[in-house]
Amino acid sequence: MDVPRLTRRDFTAALGGIVLSFSLVPKVVFGQDPARLPGSLQTNRTLDAWLRINADGSVTVFTGKVELGQGIVTALAQIAAEELEVPLGRVTMISGDTGRTPNEGQTAGSQSIEQSGTALRMAGAEVRALLIDLAAKKLGAAADTLKVTDGVIHAPDGRKVGYGELTAEADLKREATAKVPPKPAAQHKIVGKSAPRIDIPAKMTGGAAFVQDLRLPGMVHGRVVRPPRYGARLDSFDEARVKAMPGVIAVVRDGSFLGVVARREEQAINARLVLIEFAKWSGGSELPDPAKMYEQLMSLRSEDRVIGEKDAPVPVGAKVLEATYHRPYQAHAAIAPSCAVAELKDGKLTVWTHSQGVFPLRATIARALGLQPRDIRCIHAEGPGCYGHNGADDAAFDAAMLARAVNGRPVRLQWMRDDEFKWEPYGAAMTMKVKGAVAGGRVVGWTFDVWSQSHNMRPGDPDGINLMGSWYLADAKRPGPARHAAQPNGAGDRNAITLYDFPRQRTTHHLIMENPVRTSALRTLGAYANVFAIESFMDELAAAAGIDPVAFRLAHIKDERERAVIEAVAKAAAWKPGEKGDGRRGRGIGYARYKTVAAYIAVIAEVEVNRTAGIVKVPRIWTSADAGQIINPDGLTNQIEGGVIQSMSWTVHEHVRFDRNGILSEDWMNYPILTMPDVPKVETVLINRPNERALGAGEAAPGPTAAAIANAFAAATGRRIRELPLTPERVKAALA
Amino acid sequence: MAISLKVNGATRSVDAEPDTPLLYVLRNDLELNGAKYGCGLTQCGACTVLVNGAASRSCVTPVGSIEGNEVTTLEGLGTLDKPHPLQKAFIDEQAAQCGYCASGMIMAAADLLNRNPQPQEADVRAALADNLCRCGTHNRIIRAVLRAARQNGRI
Repeated sequence: MDVPRLTRRDFTAALGGIVLSFSLVPKVVFGQDPARLPGSLQTNRTLDAWLRINADGSVTVFTGKVELGQGIVTALAQIAAEELEVPLGRVTMISGDTGRTPNEGQTAGSQSIEQSGTALRMAGAEVRALLIDLAAKKLGAAADTLKVTDGVIHAPDGRKVGYGELTAEADLKREATAKVPPKPAAQHKIVGKSAPRIDIPAKMTGGAAFVQDLRLPGMVHGRVVRPPRYGARLDSFDEARVKAMPGVIAVVRDGSFLGVVARREEQAINARLVLIEFAKWSGGSELPDPAKMYEQLMSLRSEDRVIGEKDAPVPVGAKVLEATYHRPYQAHAAIAPSCAVAELKDGKLTVWTHSQGVFPLRATIARALGLQPRDIRCIHAEGPGCYGHNGADDAAFDAAMLARAVNGRPVRLQWMRDDEFKWEPYGAAMTMKVKGAVAGGRVVGWTFDVWSQSHNMRPGDPDGINLMGSWYLADAKRPGPARHAAQPNGAGDRNAITLYDFPRQRTTHHLIMENPVRTSALRTLGAYANVFAIESFMDELAAAAGIDPVAFRLAHIKDERERAVIEAVAKAAAWKPGEKGDGRRGRGIGYARYKTVAAYIAVIAEVEVNRTAGIVKVPRIWTSADAGQIINPDGLTNQIEGGVIQSMSWTVHEHVRFDRNGILSEDWMNYPILTMPDVPKVETVLINRPNERALGAGEAAPGPTAAAIANAFAAATGRRIRELPLTPERVKAALA
Repeated sequence: MAISLKVNGATRSVDAEPDTPLLYVLRNDLELNGAKYGCGLTQCGACTVLVNGAASRSCVTPVGSIEGNEVTTLEGLGTLDKPHPLQKAFIDEQAAQCGYCASGMIMAAADLLNRNPQPQEADVRAALADNLCRCGTHNRIIRAVLRAARQNGRI
């Protein structure tokens, strides 16, 4: 099989302290602003930051984006191989390492193809042209007569020179110009094909594929102990008892931060239990009352912004509807708790982490511990799928705290299941109020208000230190403030501005400035709930207008690509205009263009309602997606279908349980998710547009899926549920 | 204390307390990556191994209780060069997003194919009901197990 290599698994090589060898500071003419470069070339401007040609003709590709199970590293390898005209098997990928790769911030927001992919495409085209120019001189032939096949440059007379022979002369320590046009789509041989994922074979055969699998010489094992509730202080604990336990090397206490290091993993786990048993805590904050949660959240201080406004008179006699929708706190609930390995040696801290952003993590650990960023190296190693900001960064900080206590020995820190469930930053609870007016089959008025806590409390904040463990140190650090994010990306207001062609609309984002429950980025940020609300309400308006939901949407869309995905999904599902549910079974549609600028996706869901038990099943889902130019069709399908199924789990099953005293969801029994017997069959239609820009798609499906399920439930039963998830209690109440 | 184990066909001796969960012995003493820690509570299935051919949750199995039994991990099924039909089918179907649950899924599927070499889709769904996948790769996993069954994926 022709697959590129992943050297991040070669952990011993990573240990070798490879120094920065690409040129960090591009040559910029004094007094001139540097030219705007596309994608992440703008912030990482030299060619050798991205690509190296090795003497054996192989290529090493550097990217700041990291593998989260979304297949990005394979897709980026395809883009680089395509432009360089080398076989995929000759590409080695290095990703997410503050000592070696470009700084591309977070791997988040479905932006990796647009940012890193664009940089690699432009850099690849430019390096190919440079190599052809060198070959032209060497062969004494005109550059435009030369052809490249599999990394070998051929002259018309049959002479040839391989990339490897040119590498000594090829100066890639130069700023990219982005002037060399990349290959036209019609010539693509690797991009657009379903290349098998680089990382999958090792994962299926027991290779060292995850940070959890990292074993360093002399490595010891750590666990941490969290307070019983947010903000509680540690008054006392039984240090002597724990220190006397077998294998215990160190008990680490700094303020209310508590952890233990032991020789063996099970010894650390046992020591943690004894620490918990005898620890005494006081204080801490009260959580909202779950029965009045949404009212309480909306009564907190908020910063309100009108983010979209278009004015037109509402005709007299229009029918006016209002509705309020809710989405609860929902967990990332990664399949494994967070893990990190840290080592402090000769004053240098190395952290292996499944963080989505090794550079912001490094900067924030440095501030939290009073170190210089140059004395810290953060290296990405894969973890379980994260779907946003979970415990990964916090675990990296915890590992660093423990590593400082056993100077010179690497510490593998693994959170326990309840650490992850109770302490990860959840997707924020949200309330959406919508008011709309219809007249003559058209929407003539639309007001949308969304209330939400912050969806971005990641490391990298300029004012705060967003690493949870640091908030409990004796010298306690503070998290950053909630912040608005500019449209069209937005945060809690992501996808809040309707894309439908309404003559009058007003959208307001009420950013809740307090954090009674810890929240941050969960896949889609606010888009999941906003699209659920917008698309549910579109069905309510369609019903009020007496028009089929598919036809009603198409009547409010001008853009051809938007229309095309809705028409494609309706065709795939054999949607019948005006089709009705039968009290038990029904179908519904949901649509959005993610972030208003990324992939277009439409979803039709079929539900089956057990009216007496209140159980909603979703046997089938159809989707249609336009992500512009498709890099890897199988990878895209995998991401879309994964988003559909995860959203079905959120929508039907998931909410974080808590009471005034603390979080109650601590394992899979009290945070149940979708299981194998209830997984829908999913059929996906991809619309490829090879001559259009590639659009981020990894997060596109969840919002439309939630709406399609809610609309299908309403179509089946004639009753609408506006508060997620669709629990048996809510279903039975709606049908009563 | 020294405990003698039969893992993937070889006899291994480890120095661990008998109440140590098998999972940590496999991962840390025998350096086998296949079985994964997910919950430590038998709820997720990431740690599934075969004990005498039957799926077993290694996160709560005391290592002292399985002396003399045959333990099979993902590594014992096959290798990169000679993958077991289940491993090959998971690769061919690209049945992973993050892939963290895959080892447990494959081991639970191996148990199913031992008991029922020609399962229907509903059998696969039922056999994997207690193995959680968070990425939403379930349909590919089902397809991979059915593909392996067609290729006589018994061990």
